[in-house]
Amino acid sequence: MGRSRKPLWASVHRGFESLSLRQSDPMDNPFGSFFISNKRGKIRPMQLTLALAQIATNLGDVKANLDKHLDFIKQAKAQKADLIVFPELSLTGYALQDIVASVACKPEDDDPVFAPLLEASRDLDLVVGFVEEDSRHRFYIASAYLSGGRVLHVHRKIYLPTYSLFDEGRFFARGDSVRAFDTRFGRVGMLICEDFWHVSTPYLLWLDGADIFLFSSASPGRGLNEYDKLESAYWVENVNQSYSNAFTSFVVHSNRVGFEDGLNFWGGATVYGTNGELMAHGPYFEEALTMATLDLNKIRRTRSRLPLLRDERTDLVQKELERILSKQ
Amino acid sequence: MKIELKINTDLARKILTGFIKSEIHRVGFTHAVVNLSGGLDSAVSLALAVEALGAENVMALRLPYRLSSPDSLEHAQLVIDQFKVQSETVDISEMADPLIKSDPNMSKARKGNIMARTRMIVLYDRTEVFKGLAVGTSNKTEILLGYSTLWGDMASAINPIGDLYKTQVRQLAQTLKVPQPIIDKAPSADLWEGQTDEGELGFTYERVDKLLYLLVDKRYTIQDCMDAGFEEAFIRTIIKRVQRNQFKRMMPPIAKLSNRTIGYDFLYLRDWGT
Repeated sequence: MGRSRKPLWASVHRGFESLSLRQSDPMDNPFGSFFISNKRGKIRPMQLTLALAQIATNLGDVKANLDKHLDFIKQAKAQKADLIVFPELSLTGYALQDIVASVACKPEDDDPVFAPLLEASRDLDLVVGFVEEDSRHRFYIASAYLSGGRVLHVHRKIYLPTYSLFDEGRFFARGDSVRAFDTRFGRVGMLICEDFWHVSTPYLLWLDGADIFLFSSASPGRGLNEYDKLESAYWVENVNQSYSNAFTSFVVHSNRVGFEDGLNFWGGATVYGTNGELMAHGPYFEEALTMATLDLNKIRRTRSRLPLLRDERTDLVQKELERILSKQ
Repeated sequence: MKIELKINTDLARKILTGFIKSEIHRVGFTHAVVNLSGGLDSAVSLALAVEALGAENVMALRLPYRLSSPDSLEHAQLVIDQFKVQSETVDISEMADPLIKSDPNMSKARKGNIMARTRMIVLYDRTEVFKGLAVGTSNKTEILLGYSTLWGDMASAINPIGDLYKTQVRQLAQTLKVPQPIIDKAPSADLWEGQTDEGELGFTYERVDKLLYLLVDKRYTIQDCMDAGFEEAFIRTIIKRVQRNQFKRMMPPIAKLSNRTIGYDFLYLRDWGT
């Protein structure tokens, strides 16, 4: 496995029903640091140990992919991860074309693919990529966040690229909502690959309360030039880093590896901290479980310095958007 | 204007060896067979296959015709020695000559095509014997220009170098330790005595690679290419050539009759299920 590291200290924040900031707490450092406590009055540092699973998938072989998920989940658990994030379409493979309908599933208890994953989510939270079929038989590229044996949230890919080497719009329905959701680590927003190339989606998630962005991709490697990084990797890393700066939030990216016919997938999972700093970087092109420990108190420290969220003029955005859109 | 086709060869090797390994192993094979002409492209394909699969899993074929240059055979041997692969030499003259001699007025192009297709027959026969897949040796320049024989030298199971222009293949050859005489010599299909690619095509790879890079990779218009220093006539010749040879880059179109037709709405990657 690639670069991995042990958590700095074991996770200690399970079972919080409600989190509250106690800024007047005697333990509060007048120069800035703070602690979060739960209602029971325990004061604990907030930390999230994250595992990014950059796997190669078998195209259309859900059983083989599921087995690999369970294997990586086991490894992540051994490294005391709180959350493992798999790439886009991690259960099915990417360039599915006419395979789509035969690998679709529903994120429910009695689904043979989701049942073992839901069971595994009792130990640690999971983000998995799959083809979701709705009750009217529309197929979506989707990511599910599983925690404590249940599905906390499903994001359906909103932007389906149908240009260059991509042809997603031909085979999939578009998702039509972008929502942040609460987890035991705070409020999270999930996006899938092309989604985060549109600035509006992370922006909406940010306004909807997301402090941790979980992005997943199956990004085909391309743009070989004289440099030691493919252009596709350079572009994606740039975008992720920019968001962590602009939204003073954690930005996590899990990208797959392996090949499908002539397409390569470059991996290179990343975690950017709230100041745009690179906290973890998986290897390129190889399967790996990349670990990162997120000090969630960092969000407060960064925003104390850089109150971009506080100063955001959503009223102005709304007003100007209405004006711009009314002209079209 | 400086047109840069330089590639990071470490990165190219990483991706291309990963590709060879993945695409051969996932369909249950472990071996590769390469038609080693004595030229640059096949030397690079073989070197990549060796790096991906190990020398013991790669078979090199030398397939001379009686009029082939002795240099080709020698240069192929240099590659075999350098990369320590198994090899077999099959003279194709006895297979090709009955057809070639059947028409005293046969053109060079026809003879060349017969040789290329005869080599393809031997290559595919040996993949069966060696239980391997044929690794292709066509580069991006020749695929775009159609400078190859359909179902002949273009035939392969996988092609690791088809997205590299000839001048980029040469860069890769240096780092793969392809023997220097092969890197230095003038590229040739060696279908008749004294033939060189650049002599036959009428332009150098250096020049056409830059133009193709602008047209294909950078999506330049004709005017953009002229502004970059290319003559309009040359640009138009190359565009025409790329267009005329599209048929060589595709499976034959199937006439659609049913609701679901192979190639149109029966769409699966080759890696389907693997």
